[in-house]
Amino acid sequence: MFIINCPYCGERDQTEFSSGGEAHIVRPKQPTELSDDEWAEFLFMRKNIKGIQFERWNHSHGCRKWFNVVRDTSNDKIHAVYKMGEKPPVNK
Amino acid sequence: MTQELRINNKKFIDQTNRLSFKFNGEKLYGYKGDTLASALLANNIHLVGRSFKYHRPRGIMTCGSEEPNAIVQIGNDPSLTDPNVRATEIELYEGLEAFSQNCWPNVKFDIGGINNLLSPLLPAGFYYKTFMWPASFWEKYEFFIRHSAGLGKSPTKPDPDIYDHKYYHCDVLVVGGGISGIMAAKLSAGNNNETLLLDDKNILGGTTIYQNNDCFTIDDNHTNYWLEKEIKNIKKIKNLTIKTRTSLAAYHGYNYLLAKENITDHLSPDERKGKIRQRLWKIRAKKVIIATGAIERPLIFNNNDRPGIMLSSAIKKFIDFYGVKTGKEISLFTNNDSAYETAISLKKSGVNIVSIIDIRDESSSKIVKEVEKHNIKIYWKHTIVNTEGYRRISFIEIMQLSDDGSGVIGKKIKLKTDCLGISGGWTPMVHLFTQSGGKLKFRSDDNVFLPDKNKTPSDQISIGSCNGDFDIKDIILNSNKYVKTFLGIENSPYDNIKVESSKEEKKKNIWLLPSDKPIGKTKPFLDFQNDSTAKDVKLALREGFKSIEHVKRYTTTGMGTDQGKLSNMHALGIIAETTGTNMGELGTTTFRPPYTPLTFGAIVGRNVGEFFDHTRKTAMHNWHVQNKAQFENVGQWKRAWYYPKNGESMYDAVQRESKAARESVGILDASTLGKIDIQGTDASEFLNRVYTNAWSKLAIGKCRYGLMLNEDGMVYDDGVTTRLGENHYIMTTTTGGAANVLSKLEDYLQTEWPELDVYLTTVTDHFSTISICGPNSKKILSKVIPDLDISDQNFPHMSFKNSKINGIKCRVMRISFTGEHSYEINIQSNYAKNVWEMCMNAGKDYNITPYGTETMHLLRAEKGFIITGQDTDGTMTPSDLQMDWIIGKKKFDFIGKRSLYRSDTIRDDRKQLVGLLTDDPKEILEEGAQIVEKLDQKPVEMLGHVTSSYFSPNLNKSIALAVMKSGKKLKGKKFFVPMENKNINVTVTDTVFFDKENKRLNA
Repeated sequence: MFIINCPYCGERDQTEFSSGGEAHIVRPKQPTELSDDEWAEFLFMRKNIKGIQFERWNHSHGCRKWFNVVRDTSNDKIHAVYKMGEKPPVNK
Repeated sequence: MTQELRINNKKFIDQTNRLSFKFNGEKLYGYKGDTLASALLANNIHLVGRSFKYHRPRGIMTCGSEEPNAIVQIGNDPSLTDPNVRATEIELYEGLEAFSQNCWPNVKFDIGGINNLLSPLLPAGFYYKTFMWPASFWEKYEFFIRHSAGLGKSPTKPDPDIYDHKYYHCDVLVVGGGISGIMAAKLSAGNNNETLLLDDKNILGGTTIYQNNDCFTIDDNHTNYWLEKEIKNIKKIKNLTIKTRTSLAAYHGYNYLLAKENITDHLSPDERKGKIRQRLWKIRAKKVIIATGAIERPLIFNNNDRPGIMLSSAIKKFIDFYGVKTGKEISLFTNNDSAYETAISLKKSGVNIVSIIDIRDESSSKIVKEVEKHNIKIYWKHTIVNTEGYRRISFIEIMQLSDDGSGVIGKKIKLKTDCLGISGGWTPMVHLFTQSGGKLKFRSDDNVFLPDKNKTPSDQISIGSCNGDFDIKDIILNSNKYVKTFLGIENSPYDNIKVESSKEEKKKNIWLLPSDKPIGKTKPFLDFQNDSTAKDVKLALREGFKSIEHVKRYTTTGMGTDQGKLSNMHALGIIAETTGTNMGELGTTTFRPPYTPLTFGAIVGRNVGEFFDHTRKTAMHNWHVQNKAQFENVGQWKRAWYYPKNGESMYDAVQRESKAARESVGILDASTLGKIDIQGTDASEFLNRVYTNAWSKLAIGKCRYGLMLNEDGMVYDDGVTTRLGENHYIMTTTTGGAANVLSKLEDYLQTEWPELDVYLTTVTDHFSTISICGPNSKKILSKVIPDLDISDQNFPHMSFKNSKINGIKCRVMRISFTGEHSYEINIQSNYAKNVWEMCMNAGKDYNITPYGTETMHLLRAEKGFIITGQDTDGTMTPSDLQMDWIIGKKKFDFIGKRSLYRSDTIRDDRKQLVGLLTDDPKEILEEGAQIVEKLDQKPVEMLGHVTSSYFSPNLNKSIALAVMKSGKKLKGKKFFVPMENKNINVTVTDTVFFDKENKRLNA
């Protein structure tokens, strides 16, 4: 059970948050122009990395804001937390 | 009471406070301060239980949580009895009742003991190998296996005890109150750190607190004297909290730890009343110091499991701490110096030591020399090849070891002994360290796995013997050094401490000691609880198991309630030796929490019964209760399910309610439906994107039904949304989906479309909803809100009015989920019950009938309206539901649009929603029942299943909704619904059964 530093509220217990999967998957602006394969790539394909992973988290039992987290999935160490729309502070 | 085994010991045992207890029905006595184990031993009882597989007699082996044998059932009250309690841990109290486990008819004569004679037929994996065939016999085997297996008996009635949870935050947590833990706590708390010190025993001080030996001194005093003073001193430190009887169960990431505090388990039943039994501590520590110590290893030799064979360190604690002689003629068997400390303790207390058998060639350390002064016979380079004695050890047979240690030579010597102490060295307790993610390294000098300093998660250290320091001098000097560095302390009161000890010089280790008999004829036990022997491990290796994890599971070594605290290292050693691998490379099995078993009570704490989950009740809940409603759980909500009158069955009540709603007027509490207030200049555009249909042109004051998809095109939620103003909507969602829909909408707003000016607020609890439905609903509404013009011209179907009831603002929608002319009154929840009662009064003359969710479901099924989550299951597209009309094909985009023409979603053999009628109109299908076409097919093809099924009182026949492969094409076709004892004939129909022309909406 780790601690997440919510960019709006500060450090809180993991139980206050919910995970939203991989970050930086942009919803296509014109889905109708995509082939089945291209749409499926957006819809289904997610990385499941052992190591540094860029993730979306929601402070669901707090401010309800979404933000991004850079987490090492092998030891749960969080390397960075940043707001939606911001560039990752560490190299992706 | 056998007083001859007690020596005077006033420090830890209160000999003025005699306690009576019962063991297997026999009344015995002990003293305050005893454990059950020490009290039994003082009564000369070693035989406590039977082993798991061979039912061999087993005795008390240790003095702590690593105990594999002395596992007892406490009490026989059906709600309070406690199985698998370690006699070495439970403190004696007046009236304690304990029973042996795993034996029948009793521990002295156990029928299951026949397994011991059959043991050559019961090798490792016996159950896997034997009960495989024939497969159909498994159920018969299972009965016998289940009856012969298992340890204690679970309570059969609910647990009346109270358990508690506590959150705790501190700067430094010290785990373990032995000498290094005490030092760490003093250094930490003395340097302005809020410190918590935990120990699982009732008294601090670990093994040093009773170490009263001239060979070991601190500042020229015996170590126990020095430590007693330290403990007295730390108790005065302000920012140090000390919790005894509290065992650390789990060490998770980010220094989150769970500990179980035993509050009343040591008290007599009378003293427990009204108190919390156990408390689970949820600790967040900035820094953690692990000082969990080490456990002595047994030695593995032939018949090493007889009652009376104990760890040498346990014998020492029983004599030095509890004042109990574990025998009158004690022998010691060792490969290191620790047993010599026991020898001196025994000698001081006047116990006769038969001999010491040491597998080493010699040792000339200080403590060995001290023992030699007492004229105790030491057999150097000898091993025990056999033991005798069924219910208690009586003889040992020893022989000289060959030079390479692989065999025995010379003449066999037989020695009479009634207790044997064994010492195979020490195993650091690294469980917590590895649970936290730390990696171990192997030290080959003494075959121990230790915390690897380079692979330790930050903000923790291990000190003392759990870090591989076994000599008191190393423990003190290193603990001081490491804690100073860890906490950034410059000067410590321990900097100039003077420690004297006996340095161990010689080490020798043989994992499996040889016997004069071939291994096949011996019983060298590794795991005492699960009866796995060195033979079993070797067999597993011969059969091809290589991974330590596999060998563990195949032989069950280390899988008992003690989790292999004693056996794992030997199993590893024997595997390494047999396969010629380095132990360090082999690694250990994974240490998983909890370190010692937790009660379910401690885990759930107060979250039992009504506190298990939140309960949400509507504003009208009490009215429903008063009117005898039966309730249904929908998420956390309690919803009125049906209102039985005069002992009506559910079926009869629902039939009556359904008829009344269509014939006159029914009233439903619809407050639980999710309500989301949507405002902002882009509200219409937002709805366009989240619903499949178009919203921009919806006029103010109008309502529209919307279907929400997931991005994969599957139906997610539905409900009616009303346009309250130019930039203001109120969306309703399903009851169960409310929270998730809000989260999903917030997600899109914050992440995909942050440019939209939209604000979402949940108002589910703020507004209550009263739904009035039926041909007379109009009359009720006009009585409740006489000022409102409810003519069809002014207030048509799918529209909304702001209004007031007795001056209180309300929102009235004319919408319908039943197909009847109906209204929904939304009013601030504080007033809802009053308005409900007003409606009931207004409807008196019209037989207004309150109906619950079951009738609502029936009525909507008559109309073929879906319930998301009942008729859909996350795999249904709008088209699958025959709802193509709701897809805004011209819309540029909406959530899930692109997925509606993926190759998979346009297949025409997808499961699609259909209506089903039974050929016999009285026959009601079961929801979930499968639909098939051919009965003689093998395997029979399942074409779909029933999703909703009711007997419609308004049609006087059974109706059902179902999903079927290519359902749209099947109208009029006949199928079977096979049930356990019959096949029901059904015909596929349209999904709308009642009022196909929707005439009643405007009736």
